[in-house]
Amino acid sequence: MKIYNHLILTFGVALMLFSCGQQNQSSNGALSSSAAEKVYVAPGEQDEYYAFLSGGYSGNLTVYGLPSGRMFKEIPVFSQFPTSGYGYSEETVPMLNTSHGFVPWDDAHHPDISQTNGELDGRWIFINGNNTPRIARVDLSTFETAEIIEVPNSAGNHSSSFITENTEYVVAGTRFSVPVPQRDMPINEYKGNFKGALTFISVDPEHGHMAIKFQLLMPGFNYDLSHPGRGKSHGWFFFTTYNTEEANSLLEVNASQNDKDFIAAINWKKIEEYVNNGGGTKMPANYAHNVYDEHSHTGTSTMRNEVLTVDPTKVPGAVYFLPTPKSPHGCDVDPTGQYIIGNGKLSADLTVHSFDKMIAAIEGQKFDGEAYGIPILKFEDVLAGQVKSGGLGPLHTEFDGKGNAYTTFFISSEVVKWQLGTWEVIDRKPTYYSVGHLMIPGGNSRKPFGKYVVAMNKITKDRYLPTGPEMEHSAQLYDISGDKMELLYDFPTHGEPHYAAGCPAELLTSNSKKIYRLDENRHPYAVTSADGSKVVRDGNEVHVYMSTIRSHFTPDNIEGIKVGDKVYFHITNHEQDFDVPHGFAILGQNSSELLVMPGQTKTSVWEPKQVGVWPFYCTDFCSALHQEMQGYVRVSPANSNTELKWSLGE
Amino acid sequence: MKKAGILMILGPLFLLGLYVFPLWNIMLGAPQYPDPLGLNIHINGLRGVSEFDIQNIDGLNHYIGMHTLPKAEEMWEFGTFPMVIGIMVGIGVLIGVLGYLGKVSYKWFLGWFLLMSILGILGMYDFNEWLVDYGTNLDPNAIMKLTNPDGSPMTYKPPLLGHVKMLNFDVTSLPSTGAWLMFMGMMLTLVAAFMGWKSTKNQN
Repeated sequence: MKIYNHLILTFGVALMLFSCGQQNQSSNGALSSSAAEKVYVAPGEQDEYYAFLSGGYSGNLTVYGLPSGRMFKEIPVFSQFPTSGYGYSEETVPMLNTSHGFVPWDDAHHPDISQTNGELDGRWIFINGNNTPRIARVDLSTFETAEIIEVPNSAGNHSSSFITENTEYVVAGTRFSVPVPQRDMPINEYKGNFKGALTFISVDPEHGHMAIKFQLLMPGFNYDLSHPGRGKSHGWFFFTTYNTEEANSLLEVNASQNDKDFIAAINWKKIEEYVNNGGGTKMPANYAHNVYDEHSHTGTSTMRNEVLTVDPTKVPGAVYFLPTPKSPHGCDVDPTGQYIIGNGKLSADLTVHSFDKMIAAIEGQKFDGEAYGIPILKFEDVLAGQVKSGGLGPLHTEFDGKGNAYTTFFISSEVVKWQLGTWEVIDRKPTYYSVGHLMIPGGNSRKPFGKYVVAMNKITKDRYLPTGPEMEHSAQLYDISGDKMELLYDFPTHGEPHYAAGCPAELLTSNSKKIYRLDENRHPYAVTSADGSKVVRDGNEVHVYMSTIRSHFTPDNIEGIKVGDKVYFHITNHEQDFDVPHGFAILGQNSSELLVMPGQTKTSVWEPKQVGVWPFYCTDFCSALHQEMQGYVRVSPANSNTELKWSLGE
Repeated sequence: MKKAGILMILGPLFLLGLYVFPLWNIMLGAPQYPDPLGLNIHINGLRGVSEFDIQNIDGLNHYIGMHTLPKAEEMWEFGTFPMVIGIMVGIGVLIGVLGYLGKVSYKWFLGWFLLMSILGILGMYDFNEWLVDYGTNLDPNAIMKLTNPDGSPMTYKPPLLGHVKMLNFDVTSLPSTGAWLMFMGMMLTLVAAFMGWKSTKNQN
């Protein structure tokens, strides 16, 4: 029987090849039946890995399976999401509050899964909002955004959100240096006056709650990307910089003049100690801290008004600059913590620094001058080696845990596999096209799972059926279990994925919640039994305590609402069965629907503007009687005396 | 007769398992319930195999007009059965002790076995009566009133034993741990009776 299936599969794939071959001559002609088998997850079977791809300008995080490339969920993080009501419902609007008011969008870049002892622990995933600097924490038992903290004194929150190996900190660095504190000043006085804030946000080990521990106010360079030290280099953090020229205009030319920029090596343990001993300066600030409570199903936004800043020159031995050629972009640390890789994006070569050599150079006080009081180490003293790749535009490097590194080359559109220590190139494979980040599950930890690499590309062009000028970006999946990489599969991605994080499926599957418990629902407007449903008027505000269960709303007839009222529909889903949400939408709603999970309560505000009898209904095809799941609200003139009443089945 | 007495003491004690383990189990699987819903029937009440199974079975059954599953206080059986089992265990152990001491003959062992068998059959009969009522006493205003091919109203009695396909559900009803323990215990008393009979015969 197995052989028979195998034959069918081979035959099927052969047919596909035959039918597609003519359309796309440039596709990999070596696509073999074994490649098809490797990505084929049969109906009813499940993927081996989760992959969390940032949504870039979608502001969200998407969840995929590997090797199939199937998308399972889009998790709303920084953007309003009408599908679920995130950012529209009364409970989630506070999640998008900032010091600039309600900001319903961001540019989400670099997800990172929480770690314990340098290995993925699968509790949370963090992601940065680039535009209005924020860091979010997504709970990996609910796959929902649990917390968002705004980062003050930052702008272009790009060298973020990377975590230390016991999730002590999630780190957020600024790409754009700005006046700190912000003030009205001429732009061309940037040089020497702007600062680059590197923010260390502590993570509560039990609840994951974030708090800004300190901000390191660095010289006004652009802090592009970062990664933590691990193993022997645990306690250090490394940031690539560009624009060490401190140009404030036409950066594409003016920030590309220096032959070398820096990787900033930050000994955060030393600064932590300094801060714990009372060091640092408290500075007035204004930033939002938004926390979602899983039991009240409600987000709360609190404004914070102070941040602890640290001047790097005040903490001797805490910060050093490692010269690194050509405006390095990605800053990647190998699983042992020994090698720090600077991906010089305007170069053909990769620069690899040695942690041991860096420590020896620091101990030997071998400096090559200083920048704004921060010692610069000698390039030759810290250099472990250079990878002469022959590619162009190296951006990012990941590791397979078997002594190999994989680097993306944006300009030459390829992934290059090379060996740590010998710096020899082992293999190279094209990507389609202009690859940015790549991701190996666990590739940013002490323990990578070196079976697949996903390359996330910036340009799609002819990879899929055309969909007009705008197309989704494309990802490629490669098998890296052998000596040579093998291209297995193309799949479109949503938004613009920058970085991604992946982990073995079993790390998350058993913790993934199926329902919210109704008996743990502490929403102030929840109805936990159907006979608790009611409608309460308070001036022109009306609160509807409504429950849902297959296949009706309680109540489903409401009278006595008047034009000009502000009607709060608090919907509690009484189902306690996996995957039975109910939706709520009412004609003329000026926001979005609500999609309410079992045991959950969500609130939508409706302000009726016209007299009439207006229907509401369940938007999720919940059951065989879904079409019957509807109700009416009678809206009377503002000055009428229609009695407030509600009912079900009368 | 001493060995027979020991077995006769042990056998009824197996019935104590009924206070912990379910007597019967009914599983309901369907395409949209890959993790089937399950009902465990204990001598003192019904419990879901998973926490919310009873609520979810009731939720589904309301479409076809079935009544909700009874709570423990809604059926006299759930009060009476634990008492009957307790009394029978007590009597059985007492007979075993007396047998061990040579005060009663193996016929008492057999007597206990027969009484327990009759009670068991009566219990099964009663259980089946409830299943019939549960599956056929339907709300006349049910949302879905389905008919068999012959035009008669469709009913939903779960099987007493075995598997039945019921609409989209596969319903499987089987004895559970408590019943198997009871069965083993009763078998032990039968063996005790047999051994008692043999030793009596040898003495003669």
